[in-house]
Amino acid sequence: MPETEPVAFPQDRTCPYHPPTGYEPLRTTRPLSRITLYDGRPAWLVTGHALARDLLADQRLSTDRDHPDFPATTKRFAAVRNRKVALLGVDDPEHRTQRRMMVPSFTLRRAAELRPSIQRIVDGRLDAMIEQGPPAELVSAFALPVPSMVICALLGVPYADHEFFEGQSRRLLRGPRVEDVQDARSQLDAYFEELIDRKEKESEPGDGVLDELVHRQLREGELDREEVIAFATILLVAGHETTANMISLGTFTLLQHPERLAELRDTPELLPAAVEELMRMLSIADGLLRRATEDIEAGGTTIRAGDGVIFATSVINRDEEVYAAPDTLDWHRSARHHVAFGFGIHQCLGQNLARAELEIALHSLFDRLPKLRLAVPADEIPFKPGDTIQGMLELPVTW
Amino acid sequence: MHIDIDKDVCIGAGQCALAAPNVFTQDDDGFSMLLPSSENGTEDPMTREASRACPVGAITLSEK
Repeated sequence: MPETEPVAFPQDRTCPYHPPTGYEPLRTTRPLSRITLYDGRPAWLVTGHALARDLLADQRLSTDRDHPDFPATTKRFAAVRNRKVALLGVDDPEHRTQRRMMVPSFTLRRAAELRPSIQRIVDGRLDAMIEQGPPAELVSAFALPVPSMVICALLGVPYADHEFFEGQSRRLLRGPRVEDVQDARSQLDAYFEELIDRKEKESEPGDGVLDELVHRQLREGELDREEVIAFATILLVAGHETTANMISLGTFTLLQHPERLAELRDTPELLPAAVEELMRMLSIADGLLRRATEDIEAGGTTIRAGDGVIFATSVINRDEEVYAAPDTLDWHRSARHHVAFGFGIHQCLGQNLARAELEIALHSLFDRLPKLRLAVPADEIPFKPGDTIQGMLELPVTW
Repeated sequence: MHIDIDKDVCIGAGQCALAAPNVFTQDDDGFSMLLPSSENGTEDPMTREASRACPVGAITLSEK
């Protein structure tokens, strides 16, 4: 590996659908680079596709964020690392037990069964948006409410509370202050405490994932209240924020590629491949965090026990050895095997649901509004900073 | 091609069934399962893609 100055991580994107220009040097030092985190601490950044697959599946890398050596990409993340995070924050064998409880609700079959209700939700939001416009702000009118409503129905959380939990999720993921993140966690904890209380008193439980957790795992002592709250938090937050970002950024990206968009409109069968290619290209969860628990030989060097290891999905998913012309949006390539959903035991639990939501949302949006376009110049539209999940902050559109 | 699924390793991601829907499915618990037509082996070209798509390496292929 050539000796170069460590790159700072994370950095802000210059174009919302390309990796930050500051990551360019990382392409020449694949598969592994030294980086510097916000607090000056060094860490490893995995940037090669083959190595990423190996290491994400390597159980010598831990996701237990409560360990003092666990890397933090922001001060606000560091401030809440001692709080319990279900699934994503636990290693095997505990992780396996947790995942097993969740898997039946997130299978391909379950995602297929949910398609009609996802379509109804999408149609309802489009009806409302069309009634009130043009123009419209697509994030608040469509990209955020669709996945929010879907995950509420799946979990058994009342959508009427969406302003509360969407606001707290935003503070949890983006702060801006440390106190915002801490307070958001506390507010969500209190909200779920109360929701669990209400569900416990119901004589006829609903059919949401949380209803099952409360009436089965909690009642039988398989989970305690803190664990149910940790499940509820991650499922609700991960379930709507990530997909909302993919809808907003996916729409923006397609609008910036009119020829591709026209092809997709003419050939809806390409939709699953298009969603996969958008997942690869946008890599919105750009920076998966791990800590080495043992020395690991990797990429011609030794990752020492205690070192922080971070996976830059935006760079990994543009590895030229796997994807020809990786900066080009092209769904005729096979984008399969991208790591936008992660890899290994923590690969996204909701990926099958996310694919269904993205296919239905993007198809219906451009089908109903064939003249959809940006309402202001592209370079005036704000998008999210590099230290959180990537996506558009706003998306003013007209038709 | 003979297919072996390690159910102790499988995390129920469903990526095998997504890549090769004529070979794999998910059982009621969400874990990978061979469709009856593939239990004695298959020549479906997507089987290798399915094995590679498995995030935990639970699928082993062998020529038999």
